[in-house]
Amino acid sequence: MSIVDLAVQNLASPMVLFFALGVAAALLRSDLSVPEAAAKFLALYLMLAIGFKGGVEVSKSGLDPAMGLTIGAGILLSFAIPLAGYFFIRMTTRLGAIDAAAVAAHYGSISIVTFVAATEIVRGLGLAYEGYLIAVAAVMETPAIVAALLLARRAAPAAGDGPREGMGPLLREVATNGSIVILVGAFLIGWITGERGMSMISPFIVDPFRGILCLFLLDMGLVAGRGLRQGARELSPPLIAFGIYFPLVSASLAAALVVPLGLSVGGAALFITLAASASYIAVPAAMRLALPEANPAIYLTLSLGVTFPFNLSLGIPLYAAVAQRIAG
Amino acid sequence: MEMHSKKRIEILLEAPAQKRLTDLLDRLDVTGYTVLPVIGGRGHHGVWSREGLPSAAGTMVSVSIIVAEEKLDEVLEPVFELVRRHIGIVTISEVMVIRGERF
Repeated sequence: MSIVDLAVQNLASPMVLFFALGVAAALLRSDLSVPEAAAKFLALYLMLAIGFKGGVEVSKSGLDPAMGLTIGAGILLSFAIPLAGYFFIRMTTRLGAIDAAAVAAHYGSISIVTFVAATEIVRGLGLAYEGYLIAVAAVMETPAIVAALLLARRAAPAAGDGPREGMGPLLREVATNGSIVILVGAFLIGWITGERGMSMISPFIVDPFRGILCLFLLDMGLVAGRGLRQGARELSPPLIAFGIYFPLVSASLAAALVVPLGLSVGGAALFITLAASASYIAVPAAMRLALPEANPAIYLTLSLGVTFPFNLSLGIPLYAAVAQRIAG
Repeated sequence: MEMHSKKRIEILLEAPAQKRLTDLLDRLDVTGYTVLPVIGGRGHHGVWSREGLPSAAGTMVSVSIIVAEEKLDEVLEPVFELVRRHIGIVTISEVMVIRGERF
């Protein structure tokens, strides 16, 4: 399938259209909304389902030596991408060091919902993927935060406003945050219980999965649209451009590792998507604690209002097409 | 009915820092505090709402503490030290309570 066919098929999928509906509703100032508790439930469901499915895949395929290597590559990418991102932001925008470091952290870390959406596209192409990529996603969340904090501390040592938040407790909190615990926990449970476990709970985690993903993406669209309406004035054109071209830079870094890691086409598409995605759940909360001086309207709007829609609509089909070329 | 004069410290704070604040209050000698969810509002950075947000960033909570007047500074100073780098508002008001020995 050509890149254009892939993109058209993706743009006409219910997932992307529900996201677009959410954005449109927010821009039209509709009162359509998903309550906070329901949004958290939907996110929990998606993490549980995707984690469990990944674990079941690993139980079927057995332990692969490439798993350790891919996890190592994921950690390396998550640490390196913020360094590259910081460089690009400082060179092309007027953002200060602290804001630049906070934005860079988001791009090194991952968006699990982008990953989930990519698994649907990969599945739609009839491709399988390595279940252990769930574990790769989990380990890619924190190194980016370390890299960004090191950048921020080097660029702007804490001055008269008191000591900065210690890195240890913060990293412990990020590594044990609810979304990681449910993702890794469900992955382990899927691994332990295997196909027997899957046959027991598949009516809950397989059949309703796409519908719930659509509902969650509707909510993401609402939040992104609202963020764009309120936060767009914080984003300069070079920064908006960064939100679109930088995922392609990160994707290229990941694509260079796909062949040495021996990933399948589906696995390669997901690995590239992980590198290209930007966090908007765990990292924003961590940045509020670690770099409270950074303006949250900048990083939240850029990650959720610019990069997420780009990846969801055009980025993922592009990464899948690249994966087919290099790993096929 | 006999009433006692106390001080209420009310802290409107961004949600990610809530645990830092309540941990501090646990260490300080306060007799209690109440955490309330906040639905939305408007501040320096415009309108905000907690609807639909999957992350704690971008949402706020309200924490209120009632203390005796002589303990106000000893609670307020460390609290303000923690809160001042975050998004938030600290207000102090005069309140009347019925069971004065509790605070």
